[in-house]
Amino acid sequence: MAALINVPAKARRGEIIEIRTLTSHIMETGFRHTADGALVPRDIITSFTCRYNGTEIFRADLFPAIAANPYLSFFTVAKESGKFEFEWIGDNGYSSSASASITVE
Amino acid sequence: MPTTRRQFLNLAGSATVAGTIPIVTLRPIEATPAMLSAAIRNVVGEAPVRTGKVKLDIPPLVENGNTVPLTVSVASPMTAADYVKSIHVFNEKNPQPNIGNFHLGPSSGRAQVSTRIRLADTQKVVAIARLSDDTFWQVTTEIVVTLAACTEEMN
Repeated sequence: MAALINVPAKARRGEIIEIRTLTSHIMETGFRHTADGALVPRDIITSFTCRYNGTEIFRADLFPAIAANPYLSFFTVAKESGKFEFEWIGDNGYSSSASASITVE
Repeated sequence: MPTTRRQFLNLAGSATVAGTIPIVTLRPIEATPAMLSAAIRNVVGEAPVRTGKVKLDIPPLVENGNTVPLTVSVASPMTAADYVKSIHVFNEKNPQPNIGNFHLGPSSGRAQVSTRIRLADTQKVVAIARLSDDTFWQVTTEIVVTLAACTEEMN
């Protein structure tokens, strides 16, 4: 459930800022077998969404080829002070969220 | 002169050899596997995919396929009139051809996405960008993987 979010605390209006997110998840591919031959069922995060003051600015569909503990970095234009909300959704009803605030001058 | 057994076998042998050579040479040396092209068609439809604009930053030699850093960037002004709608990353030889779909917009400011991926084998990675005018641009990179992901047993 733990997530690491890296958003600049302050930015100038119109500045392009980088947002980096890391969340802990096994991202079990569903292609691996145990030593006695049983298939390990898939358990991955399938969707990530970032909203900036309620507006979706970035969304990603993830597949088993994404490494464990998914890391995502992307950019956005700092328009106004407010809040970034992050949401991870996955198999077996997995859901996790985080948020970060920014001050835009 | 009646055909001897030896002559007949020689003839039959050479005919077989001549017959197999075209089959071998007809097989493309670097075929795009059907799964990869099907996954790409799923995203782009019938639209042509041009090469260029997209840049794929990934190490050419990977020691551990379980976590490979990857950055895709697209040359785009990212204005309301001309921006990148989405970036799609595919692979050639993992059990599944998709890696990730990333949806951007004009408010992204810069068309660049980074993540970490798994690679099961030495293979090609393809990144395709969909621009706001619905044209598709791609780049392909070959990556050598020493230790593959996905293949190990779970303890």
